[in-house]
Amino acid sequence: MAAPIIEAKGLHKWYSGVHALKDVDFHVDKGEIVGLVGDNGAGKTTLIKVLSGVHRADQGQVFIEGKPVDIATPKQAMDLGIETIYQTNSMVPTMSIARNLFVGREPLTASLFGIGLMDHAKMRDDSVKAIADVDLHLRSPDALVGELSGGQRQGVAIARAMYFKSKVLVLDEPTNHLSVKETSKVIGFVKGLRAQGLTGIFISHNMHHVFQSCDRVVAMARGEVVFNKPAGETSIDEVHGYL
Amino acid sequence: MPEPFAQTVPMKRLLKVYLDKPELAGIVLLILLIAIFQVTSHGFLLSYDNLRGVLGLLPEMGMVAIGVTILMIAGEFDISVGSVFALAPMVMAITNNMGVPFVPAVLLGLMAAAGIGATNGMITLRFGIPSFITTLGMLFIARSITVVISGGFPPLLSPDIPNWIFTQYIGLIRMSMFWFAGLAVILAITLSLMNLGNWIKATGGQIDAANAMGIPTGRVKMFCFVLCSVLAGFAGIIQVLRLGSPLPSLGEGLELQAVAAAVIGGTSLFGGIGTVVGAIVGALLIRVIDNGLVLSRVDANWFKFAIGALLILAVIGNTWLRRQSRRIKLET
Repeated sequence: MAAPIIEAKGLHKWYSGVHALKDVDFHVDKGEIVGLVGDNGAGKTTLIKVLSGVHRADQGQVFIEGKPVDIATPKQAMDLGIETIYQTNSMVPTMSIARNLFVGREPLTASLFGIGLMDHAKMRDDSVKAIADVDLHLRSPDALVGELSGGQRQGVAIARAMYFKSKVLVLDEPTNHLSVKETSKVIGFVKGLRAQGLTGIFISHNMHHVFQSCDRVVAMARGEVVFNKPAGETSIDEVHGYL
Repeated sequence: MPEPFAQTVPMKRLLKVYLDKPELAGIVLLILLIAIFQVTSHGFLLSYDNLRGVLGLLPEMGMVAIGVTILMIAGEFDISVGSVFALAPMVMAITNNMGVPFVPAVLLGLMAAAGIGATNGMITLRFGIPSFITTLGMLFIARSITVVISGGFPPLLSPDIPNWIFTQYIGLIRMSMFWFAGLAVILAITLSLMNLGNWIKATGGQIDAANAMGIPTGRVKMFCFVLCSVLAGFAGIIQVLRLGSPLPSLGEGLELQAVAAAVIGGTSLFGGIGTVVGAIVGALLIRVIDNGLVLSRVDANWFKFAIGALLILAVIGNTWLRRQSRRIKLET
């Protein structure tokens, strides 16, 4: 069997005396959406921050497609194909959709030392296509992200991750602070990812959301992985028993 | 929630375009004020001689306003620009009098300004304190250095200095206007067409998102701090070459006028929003009010009153317009 897209072995992380990750093993195979659940402080966010380059593990190793990697910054994580979508602040509300989609990775027509003129036409055209790919239909790529609803913003963030052909899409509680209607829209985006054979990690408090959209459920408690089963072979009650 | 005030679709669309370009409000106000002062000055405001005077002074204030605006877009403040405005030409004049040729002396002046900007940035970022405080401290420090190195007596500029490259008039336009226009075009392009501009806006608009997308927000802010100081220093040098001597008290109160110009031109105090054109319009508005009041024989002491009132009205206006703009959604 092929090596997992992303794998972590024996991760440990301490925050000034708190043992936030205790010997965590975690992996995601190609084409699967893994739901990561657990209470506040269980270590989900810490694990994700290690994988997305925000924090570094004190011990342990991360592998991408079987190769050991060192992820020191969010930029390196993105270069390795790990794209993270945070709860609220993955977008700049005062900028247009097209500019947000390409922020930090702008296509340039001419450049010197990485600074140059942006290819606006490409940015506008490609962002329209990318957004349509997640089944989100917006008036114009020039609209400000601040005008979009919370669910639409998450849709644009997911479109961005898909556009840049990320290997793993990490969704860190993407439905927090959203209304019921907006939440179901985001769950729809996640289901769409699975239908397209994309790989992802979906972190959530809400078991129902995870069971609706994920292939496998991993639960964490007190810094450890306490549960790991395909979603079809378990139930919400069983997972709750481990938390 | 109350309905937005514009109801018809074409009206809404027009309004939306207008609202998304905050500097347009300033431009409309500018035209209005020019019309009023043109009447109250009995047609003298737009006369050749008066325009020459107003436009001759614009580059100095305009450059400072552009620097402050770009830094504000990146989410930081600089109120030390008035002191840097005095320090850079003082360094230039003193080193020139010590025998350093003109061009290297100007570069030394600009380097002093860059040093102040870099210090502002380093302190603000390293210690995570508000740049308002850092640069308030620097306002005193740079002013003090200026007075100390002048020895209390403003040095005279050598008569050999080729100050014509900034002060010479070509018809209506002073040479400094070409420098100003060139810099303004470059910076406007940087801000709206280059990836660096995108990073500046993202850094000020939502720093967490910018960091998450791998933008070096610390370096972006650092660049803006240095740029802001260098522009202020360069503007000071131009003014000193026009006046003939670097007074240590030069540029006092300029920092507040520059922030006022930025805000009147639609720059958001919270970062992320603003344009170079807006900064120029803001600076021009202040110059027109200054000039227009004098020409209309109003007591010159009302100038600061007018700037203050305009500033407050501009912020109220922009906040209101932005709120309206957000409510108007066209077929999303």
